Amino acid sequence: MATLRDIRRRIRSVRDTQQITRAMQMVAAAKMRRAQARVQEARPYADGMRAVLATVSARVKEYRHPFLTAPERGDPVLLLVTTDRGLCGALNVNVIRAAHQHMRERYGSRYAVIAVGRKGREFAGRFGLPVLDAITGLPDRPTFAAVQPAAARAMGAFLDGRASSVTLAYAHYRNILRQVPQVVPLLPMVPPEASGPGPSGDYIYEPDAQSVLDRLLPRWVETEVYRAVLENQASEQAAKMVAMRAATNNANDLIRELTLTANKVRQASITRELMEIVGGAEALKAGRS
Amino acid sequence: MTVPARVVVLEGTLFDGPCDFIVARGAEGELGILPRHAPLITTLKPGPLMLRSQRQERFLFIDGGFLEVLPDRVTVLATGGEPAEAIDIAQAEQARRAAEERLAQGDLTDDQRAQQTLALERATMRLQAAELHRRGQRG
Repeated sequence: MATLRDIRRRIRSVRDTQQITRAMQMVAAAKMRRAQARVQEARPYADGMRAVLATVSARVKEYRHPFLTAPERGDPVLLLVTTDRGLCGALNVNVIRAAHQHMRERYGSRYAVIAVGRKGREFAGRFGLPVLDAITGLPDRPTFAAVQPAAARAMGAFLDGRASSVTLAYAHYRNILRQVPQVVPLLPMVPPEASGPGPSGDYIYEPDAQSVLDRLLPRWVETEVYRAVLENQASEQAAKMVAMRAATNNANDLIRELTLTANKVRQASITRELMEIVGGAEALKAGRS
Repeated sequence: MTVPARVVVLEGTLFDGPCDFIVARGAEGELGILPRHAPLITTLKPGPLMLRSQRQERFLFIDGGFLEVLPDRVTVLATGGEPAEAIDIAQAEQARRAAEERLAQGDLTDDQRAQQTLALERATMRLQAAELHRRGQRG
């Protein structure tokens, strides 16, 4: 049976841990709000991009940009966005599982990985998948320039025939409790459809529609990758917040149980001491009479 | 008469409001957009972007991108950019000199040369945007 002092020490240690998890929970909550705001801020650009791309690609049907056709050679590539750190519940596991399953069903188990985030790189290492590039240690406020190399590597591999396709996987932020793994094809590209009949016929293109498309398509790929990273970061903070809240609650339960045990042990020792005193007094009384 | 205009970058929105005149540095040279301009899509080179509303001229530096003119709105999708008043002139000046020096050395590969030429263009255009803004403030 543990002594009272041992139990008290454990309570203190659980309480210290709880302070840390509670702090992490609050930090994650603050970061999540900022990450969500950044997802929102990127939306007008992405929407504008999609609209322009839809009108231009509807216009230049006869021109086949290399991004629009699948090369015959090369391996399928997975651009896997994960977090750098753990303590965020099953987030990475879910994304990786969904991505791996998708790749296996579509292309077999032989594929290459471009990892954004340490967890994805570790996964590729464990499964013996070749890693074309890995970007880790992104800041909480990633600039576009920090993410761009991942997109550049994916497009480069696709153009020089090393990649037959590129698939993008990340955790889409739905709400605090739901982060949904997303696995979407990135290359070859499927240009977005125009949402309504635009005045595409009457557009003036400078220098010409084809050159505009040449500039638009890579930019669109970069935008998608950047947005995936932002979504994933919002998801990471939400998952971390929930995980840390659970940890804080568990610590509470643990403290309550330990306090109960401590009280029982304390009560037992008081009872025992009383018994001893009473027993001793009885013995003395018996000896005197 | 005005047209609603919006300047967006991936990281957010730089400008959103009605304009009566817009000047941008397009692929084929400077172009001015007045309300009721014909629908147009063009790529933009790094350069100053001027947005005028109610006789007030506002300058931004745009690091390339796209400009879309629709009958009811104008959208600039900029790769990067900043308001002219936020430009760090000393830093741009330094970037320009650094690029000029590298180009003067002459022992560059084609890729490096292209990169430095672009850096020089960016720095020069950034300075130009800042200068336009400064002049606008005075006069």
